[in-house]
Amino acid sequence: MKKRADAFLFAGGAISFIMVCVIVMGWFWTPYDPTAMDAGAKFSHPSLQHLLGTDNFGRDIFSRVVDGAGTSFVIALCVVAIGCVAGIIIGSLCGYYGGLPDLILTRVCDSITAFPAFLLALVIVTVAGPGTENIILALGILFIPSFARIVRSEFARCRELNYIKSAKIMGAGGFRIMFRHILPNTLPVLFSAVTIGFNNAVLSEASMSFLGIGIQPPYASLGSMLSDSQSFLYSAPWYALGTGGAIVLLILGFSLLGEGLQLKR
Amino acid sequence: MAKVLNIKDLRVHFKDAAADRFAVDGLNLSIEEGEILGLVGESGSGKTVTAMSISGLLPREKADVGGSITLDGQEIFSCSEKEMLDILGDKLGVVFQEPMTSMDPVMRIGPQVEECLKNHSRLSRGERRRRALEAMAQADLHEPERIYGRYPHELSGGMLQRVMIAAAIISRPRLLLADEPTTALDVSVQGEILALLKRLNREQNMAILLISHDLNVVRRLCSRVCVMQRGKLVEDRAVEDIFREPRHQYTKQLIAAIPGRDKRLI
Repeated sequence: MKKRADAFLFAGGAISFIMVCVIVMGWFWTPYDPTAMDAGAKFSHPSLQHLLGTDNFGRDIFSRVVDGAGTSFVIALCVVAIGCVAGIIIGSLCGYYGGLPDLILTRVCDSITAFPAFLLALVIVTVAGPGTENIILALGILFIPSFARIVRSEFARCRELNYIKSAKIMGAGGFRIMFRHILPNTLPVLFSAVTIGFNNAVLSEASMSFLGIGIQPPYASLGSMLSDSQSFLYSAPWYALGTGGAIVLLILGFSLLGEGLQLKR
Repeated sequence: MAKVLNIKDLRVHFKDAAADRFAVDGLNLSIEEGEILGLVGESGSGKTVTAMSISGLLPREKADVGGSITLDGQEIFSCSEKEMLDILGDKLGVVFQEPMTSMDPVMRIGPQVEECLKNHSRLSRGERRRRALEAMAQADLHEPERIYGRYPHELSGGMLQRVMIAAAIISRPRLLLADEPTTALDVSVQGEILALLKRLNREQNMAILLISHDLNVVRRLCSRVCVMQRGKLVEDRAVEDIFREPRHQYTKQLIAAIPGRDKRLI
C-alpha cells in the first residue's frame, strides 16, 4: 500500500511539476503569439517549427495549448481558493457550533448540490455575462458546498476529541480552538479535497468554454479549442489530440497526487 | 483555612435519563487550600460528571445543572462564557486520564504547554518559553529543551502525562483536577506520577482533587477521601479512618476489592 502511494505521489508530482513549469513559462514566453494568425501555414502538420501543428487560422497549437492551460490553471486555482476559503469558514462554524445555523446552512448547501452544478453555472454566467471573473465566481460558488461539507464533518468529529477538550479546559476561546487546534488536524483531508476540487474545476471550466460560455475568442482556452477542433477531427487530428492531451495531463497529475495523499493517510 | 473549592447541593440530570435518575444527586464537597482530596467510586457513580461540572465541560444543552460550585470564591454557574475562559487554565488546571489522546497530534509539545499562558497572559514569546521550560522541569521532565520541539507521538505515555501536568501547572492554578491521572500508565510510572503530584502539592500549596477508582492510589496521595455511589456522597473522612473502619457498606466493598489485600494473588 505504501509503495503504491509513493508511486502515485511520484508520478503525480512529476506530471504536475512539468505542467506547472510549462504553464509558468507560457506566461512569459511562447514559441509563437497564441493569437497571431498566419494564412500561409493553415493546418500545418506537427513539425519542429510547430510542435503540435497549426489550426484553421494558422495559429500555433502548442502556443495556444500552453496559453490555454495557463488560463485554465489560474481559473481552477481561483475557483478552488474561493470554494476552499468559504467552505472552511462555513464548515468550521457549522461543525464546531452546530445548532440551528448549522441546520440551515447545511440544507442550503444540500439544495445547491441538488441542482446539476452545470445548470447553475450556466444561469449565473447568463445573468452576469461571460468573462473570466464571472466564470470564476460562478464555479467558485458552486464549489463551496463540497468543501463546506467535508470541513463540517471533520470539525464535528474533532470537536469531541480529548485534546480539543483539554485545550478548552486551558481556556482557549472558540476561534483559537477552531483555527489553531482543529484546522491543522483536518489538513490531510482538506488536501485531497483540494486536489479533487482542482480537477473538477479544470473540467468544469473546459466544459463551459466548450459550450461557448467560458473564455471568449480569440483568447485560448482548452475547452473552446477542443470544441473548435471537433470540425477538423479528420483533416487535422493533432489539433484535438494536442488539446485533449493537455487536459488529460493537467488532471492526471493532480489526480495521482490526490490519490497518493489519500492512500498515505 | 480558605476553601479553594466549595460544592453545594450539586445536582446534574441528563435530559435523556429517567426523571428520577440524577447523575449527581445533592453533592456537598469542599477542598481546603493545599489539601489533596480523593474522590472514589465505581464507574457511573458520578465522579467524572462532578469533574466535568467543575471544569464547565458539561454540555449545557444535554444536562440540567443545579446547586452551586465556587472556585476560589467565584461562582462558576453564574459565569458568562468569557469569565469561564478566564478561570479555566488560570485558577483551575486539569489532567486527564489518557495523555496520548489529550494532546494535539500536530502541534509541538512546547506550544501546548504554553497554551494557558497564551490564553491568559500577554507574556512575550521568549518569556512564555522560559516559563514552559521551567514548568516542564518542575514536572520532572529531563532535558526540557529537547522535548520542547518534539511532537506528542515521539514521547512515551509517562512523559506525555508529565507534559500534561506541566501544561496544567504552568499558570500556578489554585486547584488541580486530576481525573484518573495514572490509570493509563504502567505501575512504575504510576508511582512516579503520584510522587510528582504530591511534591507539587507541597511546594506550590496547590490543592488537588484526585478522581480515581483505585483506592491504593488514593491512599498513597490523599489526606481525605470522599466516596460516591449513584451520584451521592456516602462517606467523607480522613484517609486512615476510612481504611481502618469503613462505615458505609459500599466503602467496605470497595476496600475488599483492592487486589493483594489480606490475600495473596499468586
